Amino acid sequence: MSGERPTSDALLRRLLGPAGPELTCEQCFEQIDRYVEAEVEHGPARADALIPGMHAHLEGCAACAEEHDSLRALVRRERSG
Amino acid sequence: MSTPPTAASVDRRVRTHAPPMRSTTAAIRRDLDPADSQAWLEALGAAGARREDAVAQLHALLLRAARFEVARRRPTLADWTERALDDVAHQSADDALVAVLAKLHTFEGRSRFTTWAFKFALLETSVKLRRRPWHGRELPLEPEQWPQLADARVSPAADAERRELLDAVRRAIDEALTPHQREVLVAVALNGVPIDVMAERLGCTRGALYKTIHDARRALRRQLAAAGHALDAAADGGEGRR
Repeated sequence: MSGERPTSDALLRRLLGPAGPELTCEQCFEQIDRYVEAEVEHGPARADALIPGMHAHLEGCAACAEEHDSLRALVRRERSG
Repeated sequence: MSTPPTAASVDRRVRTHAPPMRSTTAAIRRDLDPADSQAWLEALGAAGARREDAVAQLHALLLRAARFEVARRRPTLADWTERALDDVAHQSADDALVAVLAKLHTFEGRSRFTTWAFKFALLETSVKLRRRPWHGRELPLEPEQWPQLADARVSPAADAERRELLDAVRRAIDEALTPHQREVLVAVALNGVPIDVMAERLGCTRGALYKTIHDARRALRRQLAAAGHALDAAADGGEGRR
């Protein structure tokens, strides 16, 4: 992690992960393009409804979350340019 | 951690799977529309110069995504030279090209083809950039010191309750996890070792390691629940990323 001090909430989230059902990393990679396009075109609520378990996985897996954030930023840039 | 590729090794790999240079012949060149997935599939499935041109355009697309990822991470890569970073971008685009061409038959059209292809380049680039700083370093596997916390003081009662919960989590890590679960969870979730680095050292995939973390987290939650600890919404996820 970074050298910044985490809050106890952040530390507990890292250790305990999401409470609900979540996708695996493999399922996340398979679906992330569809999820991101739904997010960009229709908003996060629609994306979450389309692919249940994705949001929870992105909360629990820092690596998949980073790649999600990058793909969303890239798609937004491509669509705006 | 892979070693930085030489120009010759990149050329050799790309020649194996696709022509490295895009044809500039006006009669062949036809820019593919990012929104037209069917056109991409048809061109990549064609033969001869049309396919070569499509593969070259795909490589250019993947290189753009790889450079985008490098630029996003640039502030955290202060000790990297521009040359080394561009080498990583090229190597990632080459590896992503191989992966995309190999998995082309699995594309189902549920997103744009370009969005689908981008994710391969972002994965290759981010994994390479995560691994490099840990090359040759010993991984911290023990919770020698829990991080200092940045909590604002709420009330003596709330602070005591939160300390009690953290102590219960520490006990659960010691008591409820297998040695392997404990080692992986502590390294990744507590000590900040990237999951790809840990997976590479253990010779497994990110997915397999995440399954270990998932099972460990479930075991911690079971023990906390059995001990009567209720997790409030803030500590229970759901607000961390939005």
